[in-house]
Amino acid sequence: MKVQLSHPERLVEVKGPKRVKELLRDLNLVAEAHLVIRRDELVTEDEFLKDDDAVEIRPVISGGS
Amino acid sequence: MNCKKCHTKAVIGLPRHNAAFCKVCFNAFVREQVARAIKGERMFAPQDRILVAVSGGKDSLALWDILLKLGYKADALYVDLGIGGYSATSRKKAVQFAETVGASHQATLLTHTVQEEEGAGIRELAMLIHRPTCSACGTIKRYQFNRAAIAHHYDVMATGHNLDDEAARLLGNVLHWQEEYLDKQSPSLPASVEGFAKKVKPLYRLSEREVAAYAVLNRIDYIVEECPMAKGSKMLLYKEVLNRLETESPGTKQAFYCGFLEKQAKAQPAAASMAEKDQASLRPCSTCGQPTTAETCSYCKMMARAKTGSPR
Ligand code: SF4
Ligand SMILES: [Zn+2]
Ligand SMILES: [Zn+2]
Repeated sequence: MKVQLSHPERLVEVKGPKRVKELLRDLNLVAEAHLVIRRDELVTEDEFLKDDDAVEIRPVISGGS
Repeated sequence: MNCKKCHTKAVIGLPRHNAAFCKVCFNAFVREQVARAIKGERMFAPQDRILVAVSGGKDSLALWDILLKLGYKADALYVDLGIGGYSATSRKKAVQFAETVGASHQATLLTHTVQEEEGAGIRELAMLIHRPTCSACGTIKRYQFNRAAIAHHYDVMATGHNLDDEAARLLGNVLHWQEEYLDKQSPSLPASVEGFAKKVKPLYRLSEREVAAYAVLNRIDYIVEECPMAKGSKMLLYKEVLNRLETESPGTKQAFYCGFLEKQAKAQPAAASMAEKDQASLRPCSTCGQPTTAETCSYCKMMARAKTGSPR
């Protein structure tokens, strides 16, 4: 599956199927700091992502005051 | 994962509440938390006029959206800092939101452009006075929001600070034992003196991830990109640490910040004592008339230095 990441913006290819929770763990990303979006919809951590899914992992933390 | 309330498919899990919600029930949860914050901290009443500080980011736009949908009279102010593409995009997002959601609730957007009013973008200003950009930015934003709130007779000023912002700030203050700042970490700061608007943070019960989820679920088009000046900030580091703790033990951030608020409420009848303390030490700035503890307020000092280009 194609996974879009930010900061810096990049696209990585990950082999599916895979649970959201495992995808975050494999990419070394903290769940509390990210949302996982598939085709404009939020997906929960227990869900399976298929190999042909397009996924965005969006960081939710901003640093300003 | 199914929704805890209606048992349809959930769109988000909330470990710290041991819950998961579908979109409809999550929106209800968010509004409930905000309503509870407004009531519990006596932020404002149904007839009050609110000025929301918007940046084009998720927190402030979500806050404006929630307040309007709860039926409050809320306008907004956007401060254009003149930071190249970042400011251009964030301004566009704020204006777009105002023209769609804002307009449908008869709410308006005020704007303040630093390049026009202060004569240069925030980075140039900071360079002129030899101060870090974020500290100059803080001074200008605080000053201009307060001025707009007073000039246009708003009852209260609201900012989009969430639980992560407040917990990270508390961690920073505690790590350095900056006790004098702890007083100001309440989600509701009274209008302490004529010329200072009341300030509230209605999102303080929601985590940053929950606010972002609200924005995504409700198709709020916000700027995902960060202000380039935030890179490497201490706040980001504190948030990262807290979120690693949160992932291991859900509820940590809330226990930390809300526990602090409870202790503080017991220790002092906070609002009253702070208002008195402030009133005793504040007087009008000799240049602009806004309240300050010094002869000249920090904004006027900064602008004077920027004109002569000399440090301090
Ligand atoms: S990161 Fe710094 S310069 Fe950018 S908006 Fe925040 S305080 Fe201002
Ligand atoms: Zn539901
Ligand atoms: Zn002044």
